[in-house]
Amino acid sequence: MLVLDRLSKTYADGTAALSNVSLQVRPGEIVALIGGSGCGKTTALRLIAGLDRPSAGAVRLDDELVVEPHPAIGIVFQEPRLLPWHTVADNVGFGLMDRPAAERREIVAHALERVGLAEHAHRWPKELSGGQQQRVAIARSFVTRPKVLLLDEPFSALDAFTRASLHEHLFRLWDETRPTVLVVTHDVSEAVTLADRVVVMRPKPGRVDDELDLGLARPRDRMSAAVEVATRRVLAALDRSLKPVQNRPAGGPAGNALWW
Amino acid sequence: MTEAALAEGSVGAAAAPARAGNKQLDLRVLLGLVLPVGLALGWEAAVRFGLAQGRLVPPPSRILQTFAELARSGELSTHVWATLWRVAVGFGLGAAGGILLGALSGISDTSRRLLDPTLQALRAIPSIAWVPLFILWLGIFEASKVALIAVGVFFPVYLGVAGAIMSVDRKLVEVGRVFRLSRSAQVRRILLPAILPETIIALRSGLGLGFMFVVAAEFMGASEGLGYLLVDGQQMGKPDRILAAIIAFALLGKLADAILVAATRPLLRWQDVSRERL
Ligand SMILES: Nc1ncnc2c1ncn2[C@@H]1O[C@H](COP(=O)(O)OP(=O)(O)OP(=O)(O)O)[C@@H](O)[C@H]1O
Ligand SMILES: [Mg+2]
Repeated sequence: MLVLDRLSKTYADGTAALSNVSLQVRPGEIVALIGGSGCGKTTALRLIAGLDRPSAGAVRLDDELVVEPHPAIGIVFQEPRLLPWHTVADNVGFGLMDRPAAERREIVAHALERVGLAEHAHRWPKELSGGQQQRVAIARSFVTRPKVLLLDEPFSALDAFTRASLHEHLFRLWDETRPTVLVVTHDVSEAVTLADRVVVMRPKPGRVDDELDLGLARPRDRMSAAVEVATRRVLAALDRSLKPVQNRPAGGPAGNALWW
Repeated sequence: MTEAALAEGSVGAAAAPARAGNKQLDLRVLLGLVLPVGLALGWEAAVRFGLAQGRLVPPPSRILQTFAELARSGELSTHVWATLWRVAVGFGLGAAGGILLGALSGISDTSRRLLDPTLQALRAIPSIAWVPLFILWLGIFEASKVALIAVGVFFPVYLGVAGAIMSVDRKLVEVGRVFRLSRSAQVRRILLPAILPETIIALRSGLGLGFMFVVAAEFMGASEGLGYLLVDGQQMGKPDRILAAIIAFALLGKLADAILVAATRPLLRWQDVSRERL
């Protein structure tokens, strides 16, 4: 069980990015985080991934405190963040370098198969399209078999068609190990397609505004009445959360002293 | 380098597209040749037909002749080896120092605050200004020459390496953190490959400066070396020897740079550059 316990984050410049956010996610559950720009979604994922420290509160995975990157927690960023000097296969196997080469090759080949990139294994990242790169990033995050997978708007730069096919790939990978998934998205239909539960956030300071249990069966038919109803519910909740707030652009996180 | 960057060779599919523009490119290259070749031929003709003496500015044929004579007599290779040896040792020392201190400065804030102000102050001094001091300290022979070249090479390499480390993409560093790489794995798999392109450029400009400073070094009392050939030509009033030495310098400099580029190219095939490097 992934638990966010009264999580708060105030950045050095005084921005209250998160305030008192509590959330519990069951193993295997897929939760979508939605909300306007700047309401702390990325901040929340970075805290869970152990990339930043909370100002108050805690992240716990199965009662273990998470304060730094955890082997059972994986993350896919908004950009693919592939290492340009590694081939596609080596990027996918990036988290497996402590495994024997033969085993690594096998796992990587299987993951590439799953995301439909088997024939691209030996190309450089620069030779892939944006959607293909994002698939590599997803495969890379799955091969370490994380218990919790964090996805920060992983498909937002892609067209609707590519996105739908990536949802398929993602779902197939998820189905193998059934990790807990926390996915940030701006796209209501994406949330409804993927999630069991939708958490709506509100900015200034970032907090949880609403939680909707979708209660939809899988696989989902995007045309079905149930999905349509769920979509409307999420849209309405999102609307409420956006009402009294004007959007602010999110500032890029800063960090010096990267190495030592 | 990482095993991944070295293995997996056959990806060259992306190399082809420049072909189509070749003919046009050839014409443009030819256009660039018009001026120097035209001037050379014009001067050659002017001297041939007695319109000019060519004593101070020898015609191309005489320069080539001198060059050939120097090469045949073995004189040229003596000078070339002397110069190359000095550049090689000076470049080796300067580059090693630049990489070492550049890495320290780039990697840790504390050592940057300690080192950088001093090095920047020293950098502001024109390197040639050290010559009298180096001669006093190290004598008139090889050591002072090599020291001058090393100083010239050091600064661009130091700046390039420190800057490259500081500008490593934070986003990729985070990928390393997420996968919990050890410190040494972070250096090996992220830091080193990330700074490699800029480091190579820094080494190339260092090498260029090395050739610049070897001339200065050999001006100050050498008995062999291409720089000596220059001074000698001046004192003996033989401009053809000076020009032959200049040609040798041009060839050597270009050759050394080309070797450096060719040696490092296989390490950089992954790079997503807008065009092939110069
Ligand atoms: N490193 C940082 N330093 C200071 N403020 C920051 C930093 N990172 C984010 N913020 C601020 O924290 C707030 C939340 O940012 P965050 O990136 O978590 O929002 P978000 O919900 O992911 O937004 P978006 O949907 O636009 O990605 C914003 O007001 C942002 O300006
Ligand atoms: Mg964000």
